[in-house]
Amino acid sequence: MKSSASLTRSKRITTFLTYAALVLGSVIMIFPFVWMILTSSKTIPESLAIPPTIFPKELILDNFRDAMASLPFLNLYWNTALMILFRVLCAIVFSSMAGYAFAKLNFKGKNLLFGIVLVQMSLPSQIFIIPQYQMVAHMGLANTIFALVFPGIVSAFGVFFLRQTYMGIPNEIGEAAYLDGCNQWQTFTKVMFPLTGTSVAALTIFTAVFAYSDLMWPLVVNSDLKMMTLSSGLATLRGQFTTNFPVLMAGSLLAMLPMVILYLIFQRQFIEGIASTGGK
Amino acid sequence: MNKGAKLSAAAKREQNWAYIMVAPTIIGLIVLNLWPFVQTLYTSFCEHLGFGHYKFVGLQNYIDVFQRPEFWRATWNTIYFCILTVPLGLFLSLLVAMLLNAKIKGKGAFRTIFFLPMVCAPAAVTMVWRWIFNGEYGILNQAMGTHVGWITDPNVVMIACAVVAIWSNIGYDAVLLLAGLQNISKSYYEAASIDGANKVTQFFHITLPMVSPTLFVVMIMRLMASVKVYDLIYMMVEDTNPAVTSVQSLMYLFYRESFVAGSRGSGSAIVIWTVLLIGAVTIIQFVGQKKWVNYDV
Repeated sequence: MKSSASLTRSKRITTFLTYAALVLGSVIMIFPFVWMILTSSKTIPESLAIPPTIFPKELILDNFRDAMASLPFLNLYWNTALMILFRVLCAIVFSSMAGYAFAKLNFKGKNLLFGIVLVQMSLPSQIFIIPQYQMVAHMGLANTIFALVFPGIVSAFGVFFLRQTYMGIPNEIGEAAYLDGCNQWQTFTKVMFPLTGTSVAALTIFTAVFAYSDLMWPLVVNSDLKMMTLSSGLATLRGQFTTNFPVLMAGSLLAMLPMVILYLIFQRQFIEGIASTGGK
Repeated sequence: MNKGAKLSAAAKREQNWAYIMVAPTIIGLIVLNLWPFVQTLYTSFCEHLGFGHYKFVGLQNYIDVFQRPEFWRATWNTIYFCILTVPLGLFLSLLVAMLLNAKIKGKGAFRTIFFLPMVCAPAAVTMVWRWIFNGEYGILNQAMGTHVGWITDPNVVMIACAVVAIWSNIGYDAVLLLAGLQNISKSYYEAASIDGANKVTQFFHITLPMVSPTLFVVMIMRLMASVKVYDLIYMMVEDTNPAVTSVQSLMYLFYRESFVAGSRGSGSAIVIWTVLLIGAVTIIQFVGQKKWVNYDV
């Protein structure tokens, strides 16, 4: 038997090692962001100095001005925000309706139609890109907000995810509403949909983060600089300033800032929401 | 009740509502996904003559693509990327998850820090990694006193990409694994301690078997995402960089082929090939899981 003194001692060492490992890990996770911020305020010669300087001599905002001069950031924010807004709205409205029907209603062909949802989920999105691009181009709608939203009009994942949520709600609740004289639509909108708040929030965050990160589709469909998203705009900035890292860092910071601020405010909802969607 | 007879009026109404409610999704899926899937499959057997006109050429695209060293290199790069990132990434994620599962203060803050890359667009975070890895002025070479061309040397560029990929995904995977760890009842560990089992034995006999179903799900998800990798590599290594052939993944090649070179036929063949690869990887995983995933408890 170990003595209680040595037990607390070994426990203390374990706790210390746990903290040490977590702090070390956190430093590695945070360092790129810190380096980005520090570099964004340096002049070019300062950034290229050997040996490197850690802190900029003075805080200068010139790099942010240069980044904003070479990329229409206000347009990029606006385009990205609208793309996210419409994709989220479509995902919530259409996926809730379909998710409810698949979970709670009986109809012919249900399994076949749900099969289409599953097939879409299991295929990589790139397999749809060439035809989707041709459709948008045919309609003459390349370089529009509509083009950015287009592949996200329906969310097979959203249907799958919300169907599970509705399956978790007891049937008695719907039946009670039905006996009170609600028709199927009213039961859905007035009774069932309001019960799915947590899942809808999770789907919102998931859809927003993935739309914001998406790179290939916006690059393909909107080549006009004014109609790009933050992600595809940054890819262009990379080509313009191959060695001017302070400006590239400033541009990246500008692109990251809105989402990071939202994340810091709603940490728990972000982490638990994205985790509850179980990855896709 | 009289089955097989006509539906009652109420059931009929229910069915009509159901059709109305699934209609936007189903129409959307057919137009946006099902039909494009068929088109991509068909296009892979066609030559693109420009302006949306196609000529059927049978297996020619596949034959052409299979004869290009660039294509096999991209296939290998994709597999190599998975080998470099998935096992090490999962190991580190599990480690972080176990650390976060310990009885410590400030768990929330650590979790927030590890999860942060998830909400940053890959286009933005890879920019700073390019700067850190820069061969001449990058802080990494400066700190280590080396002169490695992390982004320009064909032999190491994939390692740089793998580091960024692991760094980006570790927090997300750790949060998923943490949920699995929290489901393990404390009583198992208490019983093991009384029996005198040390931490290492506890890890291999309790933690690992109990978390294996979650680990399997995370692994499948991470593998599928890694086979489709594009944005991170595209942002790290632009297509004018001479090192691009040593690092470009299948989806990167697909993008260049379809939208830079404009050969949609061979682009489609590449994407179909990638789907087959994903299918093969998934089947192998589901067969292999019987050996190590524990569903008993």
